[in-house]
Amino acid sequence: MTTIETPAAKSRKPAYRTNLVGLVGMAIIAFWAIIALIAPWIIPYPVGEIVDLDYFGPISQQFWIGSDYLGRDMLSRILMGARYTVGISLVAVSISCFCGVVLGMIAAVSGGWLDTLLSRFLDAMNSIPSKLFGLVVVAAVGSSIPVLVLTLAIIYIPGAFRFARALAVNINTMDFITVARTRGEGTLYLITSEILPNIIGPVLADLGLRFVFIVLLLSGLSFLGLGVQPPYADWGALVRENIGGLPFGAPAVIFPSIAIATLTVSVNLLIDNLPQKIRDRSE
Amino acid sequence: MTNLVEIRDLKVEAKTDSGRIVEIIRGVSFDVQEGEIVALIGESGSGKTTIALTLLGHTRAGCRISGGSVALAGQDMARLPERKRASVRGTQVSYVPQSAAAAFNPAQTIMEQVIEVTRIHDLMSADAARARATDLFKALSLPNPETIGDRYPHQVSGGQLQRLSAAMALIGDPKIVIFDEPTTALDVTTQIEVLRAFKSVMRKSRIAGVYVSHDLAVVAQIADRIVVLKGGELQEIGSTEQILNSPQHPYTKQLLGAFKQAARAASTASQEGRPLLEVQDLVAGYGPMQTDGTPLIKALRSVSLKVERGRNLGIIGESGCGKSTLARTIAGILPAVSGAITFDGKPLAPAAHARTREELRELQIVFQYADTALNPAKSISDILGRPLSFYHGMAGEKRARRVDELLDMVRLPRALKHRRPAELSGGQKQRVNFARALAAEPKLILCDEVTSALDTVVAAAVIDLLKELQRELSLSYIFISHDLSVVEAICDEVAVMYAGEKIEQLPPSAMGSGASHPYSKLLFSSVPKLDPTWLDSLKQDPELLSAFSGR
Repeated sequence: MTTIETPAAKSRKPAYRTNLVGLVGMAIIAFWAIIALIAPWIIPYPVGEIVDLDYFGPISQQFWIGSDYLGRDMLSRILMGARYTVGISLVAVSISCFCGVVLGMIAAVSGGWLDTLLSRFLDAMNSIPSKLFGLVVVAAVGSSIPVLVLTLAIIYIPGAFRFARALAVNINTMDFITVARTRGEGTLYLITSEILPNIIGPVLADLGLRFVFIVLLLSGLSFLGLGVQPPYADWGALVRENIGGLPFGAPAVIFPSIAIATLTVSVNLLIDNLPQKIRDRSE
Repeated sequence: MTNLVEIRDLKVEAKTDSGRIVEIIRGVSFDVQEGEIVALIGESGSGKTTIALTLLGHTRAGCRISGGSVALAGQDMARLPERKRASVRGTQVSYVPQSAAAAFNPAQTIMEQVIEVTRIHDLMSADAARARATDLFKALSLPNPETIGDRYPHQVSGGQLQRLSAAMALIGDPKIVIFDEPTTALDVTTQIEVLRAFKSVMRKSRIAGVYVSHDLAVVAQIADRIVVLKGGELQEIGSTEQILNSPQHPYTKQLLGAFKQAARAASTASQEGRPLLEVQDLVAGYGPMQTDGTPLIKALRSVSLKVERGRNLGIIGESGCGKSTLARTIAGILPAVSGAITFDGKPLAPAAHARTREELRELQIVFQYADTALNPAKSISDILGRPLSFYHGMAGEKRARRVDELLDMVRLPRALKHRRPAELSGGQKQRVNFARALAAEPKLILCDEVTSALDTVVAAAVIDLLKELQRELSLSYIFISHDLSVVEAICDEVAVMYAGEKIEQLPPSAMGSGASHPYSKLLFSSVPKLDPTWLDSLKQDPELLSAFSGR
């Protein structure tokens, strides 16, 4: 038996209110985003310049978080690294989720041979190991930022497609879709107006997760030397460069790792605590 | 006679998702005497099932008994410790659920599950229990009582399964059995058989019962007394005779009024000219195509019908007879394999996407479940506005004004347009669902069981609305329903369907006596009447029953 709550008692606009944990996540992401934008103007030393006579220097007044294996300032390198890590990942995740979700919805709405074709093709792509794929592409065409972005995006399209298609197939069987079809609506209207609003909550959560995967994969590729090329470095590359300092407990290897952790964890915190209003949409 | 059950000032609270506590049962008191069947009747949300479940000392998740007492043979079920309650359940009080199909474990034979109660409570040896179960199967007039227990639940029909679940409830010799809408999910012809079986077993062994239902006519057949509930409060309590013939409370009168719908006045619409919709030899179905060009499962085998302008055609039949498929085929959702659909003189393409926008506009379909037919992510004004801009190119101010007009037409307050479907009641949603079809300004609306998911009183209001709109807008309806009283109230012609075929078409006035096909006769005579003696005096040809209901 359902007790009916009077809708009038609820405030008309429940507002996009996020709880404290979500706010903390959002603040950290915003912090890194701002850093990525203004990094060139706030770094204390040029990124490629050797400024410390010591290598793996400790935290000091002059070098706030120490220096790296060549004696370059770590703070500058991490701040500039944010540009690459956050920027590349954001663009890549946007491309992969956009393509994956749109294709997934089209496959669900159209059904038939188009669905089979898309699903099997992307399943086949899914079967290629992501790091191997990255290796092959970078070895073939060399490493540049557009190549990295596209490689990362392509690797994560099949996952986004599968996810969106599974959700859209459920919505697609609802009567309101049948009503829209018998009204004569086209596929574009069906996917943008009828299906997307009902799957947006999980899709956003998926976007957050996929962002984290991309950050980690980018860091992994950079660690293997396939990512951003010297003298510039993203956070993963910073870890690799300075891995030799690990036995000495050098801050140069710890701080880039912390940066990766803060970004990925805070994205998860935000996604898990999205405003009720967005999550409610996809009950 | 002593009171077996004494419920005094019962209160049940529920906690909502937002943490608010709502009292869903507000101080209900009544008694059940030994051997007496008391019916709890009311609309959805009235608390009838919640009250019935407290007799088992059970509440649904999130609810709790917050006050009052439920005394069963002297023990207060509300306060008994869980261990003691468990020993009472099955032996003193037992439960027959609405959906027997969901209550049986598909992986065990029926017999194992029926005698489970005796095993748990160590009542008798397994052999004795099996013998007793077989006796019960006989008493419940199940076919092949000796062997039916060896089957698995999916191997028997829905009506049989419901009787088997009654056997499961009765095997522990309870003093009282709770029936929770046991016949609601059954077809009318099956319902009779099940009701008869219940009634005779209960009378013979003098077991008391609490019968939860929303259907007054069903309750009238089986109950000695009726408790009318609304909003968790008791409205009226009295003998079946008194409630049916001289109800005191206004809500009871309303319930009865909704049941006795006035038949539609003979339509004066002109008969001249061509019919609005003509369907000829329609064949449609599901599954892969076979070599002879027909689908594997034929849901429609050559159906022909005609709808005149301004007149309504009702389509009735049991579940699985193909009536909804017919609507979907006419609307083009399921393209017909063969046959012709002619609308307003022009032939229609079998598939909706091959029809022109104008053709689609003139033929609208309204579905049973407004919950799934309205996009939960959109506001009412968006839902109603879309067909306006799609078919009529309306925008801005003009569209907003038309949305207001549509809401007025279906008697909804204009302020509702800012809400989302989840914030409306079931009846309101169905009205919005209907308003969306009206927005297209159609000539014909296909109504697929539009009132079946609604409470009696709400459904009656929706039917009145449909009649009114028809007068104002000169619409035609094809009205599909399993509920004969609804069809009788609104239709000029009634087509009876059975196993994918239209077997007869007749005016509703002939539904009582004029039916010529044996199946229509059976169907019409199976609809329960408000008369408490109806079931006992009903005579049906047993051969006819077995021929058409596959029990």
